[in-house]
Amino acid sequence: MSTPELVIASLYPRDMNIYGDRGNVLALSRRAEAQGFSPRVVEVNPGDPLPADLDIVIGGGGQDSGQGRVALDLAARGDQVRDLAADGTPMLMVCGLYQLFGHRFTTYTGEELVGIGVLDVETRGGDTRMIGNIVLESAEFGEIIGYENHSGDTTLGPGSQPLGRVVQGAGNNPRDGVEGARTANVIGSYLHGSLLPKNPALSDFLIGEAARRRYGKFTPVAEVNETVTRARASAKRRPR
Amino acid sequence: MRDVLSAVIGKAVRQVARLRGGGSALPGLVIERIDPGFLARVLGRLPYGVIAVSGTNGKTTTTKMIVEILEASGLRVFTNRTGSNFSRGVVAAAIQECSVTGRLDADVAVLELDEAHAMYFIDRVRPRFTLLLNVLRDQLDRFGEIDATARLLQRIADATTEGLIVNREDRLVAAIGQQTRERLSDTAEVREFGLSDALLSTFPSDDDFHAAALPVREVTADADVTLIGLGDHEATFLIDGESHHTGLKLEGLYNTFNAAAALSTVRMVLERGPIAGRTAEAHPSASIPDLLQALAEVRPAFGRGEQLQLDGQPLELVLVKNPAGFRLGLASFDPEGVSAMIAINDQYADGRDMSWLWDVEFGSLASAGVDMVSGTRAWDMALRLEHDEVPVAAVEEDLSRALQAFRSATTGRPRRIYCTYTAMLALRKELAVLTDVEDIW
Repeated sequence: MSTPELVIASLYPRDMNIYGDRGNVLALSRRAEAQGFSPRVVEVNPGDPLPADLDIVIGGGGQDSGQGRVALDLAARGDQVRDLAADGTPMLMVCGLYQLFGHRFTTYTGEELVGIGVLDVETRGGDTRMIGNIVLESAEFGEIIGYENHSGDTTLGPGSQPLGRVVQGAGNNPRDGVEGARTANVIGSYLHGSLLPKNPALSDFLIGEAARRRYGKFTPVAEVNETVTRARASAKRRPR
Repeated sequence: MRDVLSAVIGKAVRQVARLRGGGSALPGLVIERIDPGFLARVLGRLPYGVIAVSGTNGKTTTTKMIVEILEASGLRVFTNRTGSNFSRGVVAAAIQECSVTGRLDADVAVLELDEAHAMYFIDRVRPRFTLLLNVLRDQLDRFGEIDATARLLQRIADATTEGLIVNREDRLVAAIGQQTRERLSDTAEVREFGLSDALLSTFPSDDDFHAAALPVREVTADADVTLIGLGDHEATFLIDGESHHTGLKLEGLYNTFNAAAALSTVRMVLERGPIAGRTAEAHPSASIPDLLQALAEVRPAFGRGEQLQLDGQPLELVLVKNPAGFRLGLASFDPEGVSAMIAINDQYADGRDMSWLWDVEFGSLASAGVDMVSGTRAWDMALRLEHDEVPVAAVEEDLSRALQAFRSATTGRPRRIYCTYTAMLALRKELAVLTDVEDIW
């Protein structure tokens, strides 16, 4: 019996891969294998079609210079992505694409990049750079451990829940004490580190939702190994 | 009189700092406070002026090459040897080497400038020549973003009075060269060092790391010095239309490319001679065979493939601090037959952000495996290796215990340690007790 396939669309790996976002794609593939699936990664760069049979969409951050190029391409496929999100497709967007999955990103110089509004968030380029190790607490995923590095100041509207409450670090902005956003099965976050290798609970969420949507069920079989547990513990102890 | 005072006070502070153990930049801090003009006056008298070396990667080794080639040609060179490349470190080095009357016994200064602190330096001293190596992703949590770093390097270029040498193969640095050529064409000359087309793919930049095909660059003229051939401890350079082959003691591909940068810089300095109106004792000419002979003798700077002996076996220290550097480090050294340890720290000087480990592929270590993983982020590194299916024999965060265990587990084999900056400092301290370790360059 062949293992069931999961198609992972990696959004804009050429323009949006500044903080080890490749690590998220790699960790998700490895975790999917451990959970009994055959992952197939399809890279989607500007102008490329989205794979028709995609199960999970994942995207990262870039420099401001790459973000303009990507924003235009993303806007052109906004309807398609919004339909996929409304249909329950699990997605994880980190940093720059988190911002562009919101309504808009107004840069520090007043330039406006229009987002696709999958998440009910707005971002303004701020003058505080929020940098350092960060720990979140989430009812659904437990402790989320990562690293933030952004000057974007993001606020949540009523249509999105935060991904977690900040235990250590800044989060979406210096005021609200929360990080990330969640609407349906779409997660946006500033956390890299990379995020998924040290947070298998998030990988399992993406894999589980994808499996249920495509195959009607998900039975987790993989454990969390010692390396992950120890890496989480070390990261938590480190200063900002 | 002012010079005498500053020099004497600086030297006194240095003695106190040494007695207290460490603080190589402390005298600089004190002198900067009481005499902010000290550095400009001391360096402003040098007949050949100041050469600045900046960029994100390879500054220390390239500075060492330029210094040693210039010394071999007969110039007396002042440099900031301790790797303390911030302005105060330069002040501290100047205090250490100047006479009590505040005069440096040197013809020329070659200074490695950290791109974050260079602004502070060029406000005080304008370089006569500047070499810009590259803009690679490095300690992003320290400098923010790559484009910002490029803007900083542009400001160093703008402050340069006579000559700029840039890396033709680094998109951002080459653009700085172009802009400087347009802006300062009547005052400053711009030269390039580069790679032959055939070697381009050997040196991936962050830009083309994900591109399916390497971008075609428009080359309109030969670079001043082009690296056209690579071998095991040997290289071939194209200079003035002729190819020149030389042996090298340097390790790694990167340093071989940086040798082209050093040669181009030295050529410009020697061709221009002393600053108009200043007298110098030495006027060496830039004979290519002489420059190459000096280059062939340059050994790796601290931790850039440095070779020690431990228990009768070679032990190599390889400094890794960003994705491109780690990738090329892995590509430069054959893993077969060598026991490997990786030590990853996340102190401020290393960068706190571990995401860079995910931009390096470690598959090349899979067959030989890794004997020991250590440092404050040992488990992050172990997790990274696990994702590339590289077998790891042991993980131990404590560097001292890790080194002991690594040593006893790998008796009778050559060893190699890939380590971040502060991990290297700590390991060198441990190793100094066991074997001969040179003073830090």
